[in-house]
Amino acid sequence: MSSDVILRTERLGKRFRRRWAVRALNLEVPRGEVFGFLGPNGAGKSTTIRMLLSLVKPSEGRIELFGKELYSHRKDVLSRVGGLVESADFYQYLTARKNLDMIASLGGGLTRRAIDEVLNLVGLFPRAEDKVKTYSHGMKQRLGIAQALLGNPELIILDEPTTGLDPQGIKEVRELIRRLSKERAITVFLSSHLLSEIEQTATSMAIINMGELVVQGKVGALLNTGENVVKIDARPLEEARLLISKQQYVKGIKQINNTLEVNMPLDHAGELNTMLVRAGLEVYSLIPRRSLEDYFLSITDGSTDIR
Amino acid sequence: MLLILKDELLKTYKKWRTYIGFIAIAVFVPAVQLALKFEGGGMVNRMTRGLQDDFFLVGNFFNGYFITQFLLNSMWVHMPFLISLVAGDQLAGEATGGTFRLLLIRPASRSRILLNKYVTTLFYSFTLVAFLALVSLGLGLALFGSGPLLIPGRTITIIPVEQVFWRMSLAFGFAIVCMWCVASLAFLFSSLVENAIGPIVGTMAVVIIFLLLSNMPVDFFKAIKPYLFTSYLNVWQKMLEEPIPWQTIRNDLLIIGGHCVGFYIVTWYIFVKKDILS
Ligand SMILES: Nc1ncnc2c1ncn2[C@@H]1O[C@H](COP(=O)(O)OP(=O)(O)OP(=O)(O)O)[C@@H](O)[C@H]1O
Ligand SMILES: [Mg+2]
Repeated sequence: MSSDVILRTERLGKRFRRRWAVRALNLEVPRGEVFGFLGPNGAGKSTTIRMLLSLVKPSEGRIELFGKELYSHRKDVLSRVGGLVESADFYQYLTARKNLDMIASLGGGLTRRAIDEVLNLVGLFPRAEDKVKTYSHGMKQRLGIAQALLGNPELIILDEPTTGLDPQGIKEVRELIRRLSKERAITVFLSSHLLSEIEQTATSMAIINMGELVVQGKVGALLNTGENVVKIDARPLEEARLLISKQQYVKGIKQINNTLEVNMPLDHAGELNTMLVRAGLEVYSLIPRRSLEDYFLSITDGSTDIR
Repeated sequence: MLLILKDELLKTYKKWRTYIGFIAIAVFVPAVQLALKFEGGGMVNRMTRGLQDDFFLVGNFFNGYFITQFLLNSMWVHMPFLISLVAGDQLAGEATGGTFRLLLIRPASRSRILLNKYVTTLFYSFTLVAFLALVSLGLGLALFGSGPLLIPGRTITIIPVEQVFWRMSLAFGFAIVCMWCVASLAFLFSSLVENAIGPIVGTMAVVIIFLLLSNMPVDFFKAIKPYLFTSYLNVWQKMLEEPIPWQTIRNDLLIIGGHCVGFYIVTWYIFVKKDILS
């Protein structure tokens, strides 16, 4: 199985003076996946990505890419990886093409056609000869993705690639990522602080909070099965509780103030609603909630990033 | 390797700040030369007044070489500033611009990238001093003509006309090596911070403080003078002494070269270990 893991970290950690930004992080990214790396602000996403790309030396642990230890095979490994860390910054006083050309030189150089190709992929070909200082934020972001694609990498690592983009721009980036994954079989490692974003683009994911791994696995498995909860407000409450508890698919039921929290698979929510209405009860609200979503909301809303 | 060097040169020479030094020289040198031209030979007369009482000087002493020598002497504190303007930006500028995040995630090693940046810095220093030589000598010879070089001092030295050109050229060559040393220091400071101001101010502070210290008429400072690299930065002047002190020149150049290598090794050590957080 290990040949299918394209990126693995073992007890990876980074300490800034006394504070651990990332600690004991074990990640496994399977080849071919779009891997979502989710965490609130200050969770340690960028620090992790900087370590994966050799910008920051880990304080402890190890990083394996393509089954090879990063620091002892740096050149070989990084020639197969593309990355975009935090905001897309370029040499403002040079053209987009010259910027890409220079970046390519650091890996041995690429032909003009190869550079045209990545420019075309992100739709910047018509503006290739303009200086980067004339670019809008969204264009720079796309150029950032373009440079990550130079040299046909097997893996690209993108740190919040949609920050600062408008809805249309976000949609375009998402579609591009899906296309790269499907058509070119590129493995994508993508960080975000939005669950919805990961849900829409990623196939596997990990959640990190305060530098530590919370959970990782397939997006489908984590989000749509498992311990999910439907919150129901129906009157009379006691009668509703009795009726609900009789359903086979219900695994548990809890009363919190005037609502019931029913532990059950979400795909039965509609059926449950119909049943309650048919029985003559008044259903004020019925909210299906995935427990992971609840959990993620609980760590993102509030001041979890201040330690 | 050559691809990277070409790109580093392009990055440096496409930047506006690189031309500040060239513009400063292109404005200052002709301005001084023209002013001297209008003033006539007054300056050389004043400097040689004592001599003229006893001897009858023959020949054109107020010539291009004399002017160049005079300019070199007066610009000697300004050149380190113009050099550190670019050398101090070499690494810090990439941090400010966030472009280390593009460069250092690529297969090329940090050592290789650093070496190319260093060579670029040395090349810039070379071009700036060469430009100074070209403008001051070229314009000087055009405006004032050639002739033997008269060097005022406690004793007056006169270098015969047939020797002046090659001596002056070597002096400029040594001046380049001196500026490499200043550039290496600015380059070192540049690896420590994320903004070019620090390296520029730091380099100037070191050069000025060291020069002040080594010129203090205090015994203690005289004792430490040999340990300050700035004490050797006037090696180019020794090409214009009579006889030429080859032994001292060789030693001075070795010490300056040693400082360049030392500064580079420290920079390398800092840079390859550095966490890129910009
Ligand atoms: N240069 C630094 N010095 C000290 N602490 C740092 C430094 N950079 C990051 N940290 C700390 O490391 C932790 C993780 O930061 P990091 O930038 O990796 O978070 P992030 O998940 O990328 O957050 P965001 O969503 O805001 O980009 C934070 O607590 C931060 O304060
Ligand atoms: Mg971040």
